[in-house]
Amino acid sequence: MTVSQVSFGTHEAVLEVKDLTVKYVGDTRSTTAVDRVSFSIGTGEIFGLAGESGCGKSTIANSLMRLLKHPARISGGSIRFGGKDVLAMSPEELRRFRWQDVAMVFQSAMNSLNPVLTIGEQITDIYTTHAGYSRKESLRRAGELLELVRINPVRLKSYPHQLSGGMRQRAVIAMAVALKPSLLILDEPTTALDVVVQQEIMAQIKELQHELGFSVLFITHDMSLMVELSHRMAVMYGGRIVETAKAADIHTNPQHPYTQALMGAFPPLTGPRVPLTGLPDGVKFRNIPDLAEVSPGHYVAPFGAELLETGALEGATR
Amino acid sequence: MSSTMTGAAAPAAGVEAGPALEIRGLSKTFPIGGLFSRKAVRALHDVDLSLGRGEIVALVGESGSGKSTLARCVARLEKPSAGEILLDGVDVLKRDRFQASREYRSQLQMVFQDPFGSLNPAHRIEHFLRRSLAIHGKAGTAAAAQARLEELMATVGLQPDMLNSYPHELSGGQRQRVAIARALAVEPQVILADEPTSMLDVSVRIGILNLMRKLRDEQGISMLYITHDLASARYLADRTAVMFAGELVEEGESLDLLANPAHPYTQLLVSAVPDPARAGSYDPVRRAELRAAVMSPASCAFDGDPEQPCSAEHPVRHRVGAPENRHWVRCHLYRPAAGSAGHALAEAKVS
Ligand SMILES: Nc1ncnc2c1ncn2[C@@H]1O[C@H](COP(=O)(O)OP(=O)(O)O)[C@@H](O)[C@H]1O
Ligand SMILES: Nc1ncnc2c1ncn2[C@@H]1O[C@H](COP(=O)(O)OP(=O)(O)O)[C@@H](O)[C@H]1O
Ligand code: SF4
Ligand SMILES: [Mg+2]
Ligand SMILES: [Mg+2]
Repeated sequence: MTVSQVSFGTHEAVLEVKDLTVKYVGDTRSTTAVDRVSFSIGTGEIFGLAGESGCGKSTIANSLMRLLKHPARISGGSIRFGGKDVLAMSPEELRRFRWQDVAMVFQSAMNSLNPVLTIGEQITDIYTTHAGYSRKESLRRAGELLELVRINPVRLKSYPHQLSGGMRQRAVIAMAVALKPSLLILDEPTTALDVVVQQEIMAQIKELQHELGFSVLFITHDMSLMVELSHRMAVMYGGRIVETAKAADIHTNPQHPYTQALMGAFPPLTGPRVPLTGLPDGVKFRNIPDLAEVSPGHYVAPFGAELLETGALEGATR
Repeated sequence: MSSTMTGAAAPAAGVEAGPALEIRGLSKTFPIGGLFSRKAVRALHDVDLSLGRGEIVALVGESGSGKSTLARCVARLEKPSAGEILLDGVDVLKRDRFQASREYRSQLQMVFQDPFGSLNPAHRIEHFLRRSLAIHGKAGTAAAAQARLEELMATVGLQPDMLNSYPHELSGGQRQRVAIARALAVEPQVILADEPTSMLDVSVRIGILNLMRKLRDEQGISMLYITHDLASARYLADRTAVMFAGELVEEGESLDLLANPAHPYTQLLVSAVPDPARAGSYDPVRRAELRAAVMSPASCAFDGDPEQPCSAEHPVRHRVGAPENRHWVRCHLYRPAAGSAGHALAEAKVS
């Protein structure tokens, strides 16, 4: 029995996002970065959000954490976490909500470590301030945490610049799970990481998830990884969700042309070398309609020739 | 010991006998800790690697394994602690002792991971390419230079009118193409590309790999493609070399290496590549078992600590499979049986 089968048993939503719309308001014009996006994440579920850069993934993640800064503005929709209205939380509620209820690993997190403190000092800080452990206990846990992400605990004494980028990112991921949040948001956490570490971190997260039942919002543009690790996933394009379904269904039966092209951009690890083209330049979808259910649990935004700009998908391989 | 393999290497079809670049016994140690600390990180240890003419070799391995250090040493951005770097048979560390000469930089160019950091935002694209041409004396007349700029843009798949754009007006993939065009401007024989696609979007990545392949096929440029993505190494590279804790542990023809990984570490790497066929059924227990098997101290002591010796006796290279695959592994498991001992390179015991 795999963890996924266990944790996917009940679908009690821990997070519910409805019609979320986020704009970046400029002096002359504003961009709608997230456009009427709805999804929910079940308890213990790994939900993937895929799509190329600029499609609005990080904006969604930042909205969930209430970390959006000027000029971003949530102009519509709702976010509920464990039944609570996240958009209505007071600063005091938010302080607890962030990092203890929901933790996030940012895209460029490995550069967010404090350069003048050792890795050990930074991890110990989390335990002493947020969990109230003694310094000694915090240090012991900090060592364990590093081992969890395969960093030798001697590195507790290292400064961030003395670690390679991968090690820094691993340290940051370890710090995010330190307080065992119930929702972990990972915004392209493995973009700079090698496969073994990536797999181990995800395996580790799944193990912890099995134990504690937390959920994961996993953002990436690596379709192979996402399909393997997520229970359900959504594919975004230009601020809209174009397809959402069980990850296995997206893999075997992608419906939207954009999803199909994205799935086709990964070289296989077996078989002959086949030339790939990825997404051809100039493909554009516009006025993406609301999702329609094409089979149970599989939703696709209707598409037709009129929705594509010229040049469309010729050359895109599957 | 660096000689064990060279004699056995069969030149691939279409590759001239002498390699374009040959790295011998390259080592690099970084001090860590404080000013007075004696601790050091051994980033590279005794690396031998060659790049045939018109050949793409992938260098794969986890982050921290020393891939960038290798590229930086070869590009002479970092001073190696020991070793030789032969370009066209000339030992460049002896020839230009203190820094890379202009000649060297016009023979060998590097493309970095971050196409954002390497282009000054204040200048138009034209500026970067023109300066590259000028520094290396390839500019010629104004008309010739203009024609060359447009040719470079076409080669990397960009519209010539983009010469007037600023870096921020370009997408990541387009900027990486500019970085490649800038490297090409000096007409190098060798390009070292350090994770050139890892910061780019998926769709654009394949395009960059296809561009690199085109440069190999059409211009015969030799390339070292550094990546942590085994699937892309297999897609692009003729040969693939695997680095673990600063050492090369396995090398071979790419398809053969990925189909028949011999070193426990390579096996682990290959098994960790995400496989959509496992959708939704990822099993951490199975993964942990696999890891434990590979990492068990009884068979292997590599634990990510570069200071940890692989075992008491340093393993040497052993051949894997047919000689034409040029596939070797550095691991005691492939040591020939006791009777035939004494050969550094021997047929692999296929288990
Ligand atoms: N601070 C900002 N000001 C203006 N526009 C922004 C800002 N941040 C993001 N955007 C725009 O919002 C869109 C979505 O961005 P983002 O959420 O970062 O996408 P992703 O994470 O999928 O790459 C993009 O078109 C981007 O240009
Ligand atoms: N300037 C430096 N000072 C100290 N250690 C370094 C330095 N540069 C790299 N290292 C160490 O060398 C090892 C190899 O790093 P690197 O070549 O960047 O690996 P990769 O490119 O494979 O991720 C790592 O352990 C890293 O911490
Ligand atoms: S030589 Fe020994 S320790 Fe090294 S990889 Fe082979 S079996 Fe493992
Ligand atoms: Mg983002
Ligand atoms: Mg590197």
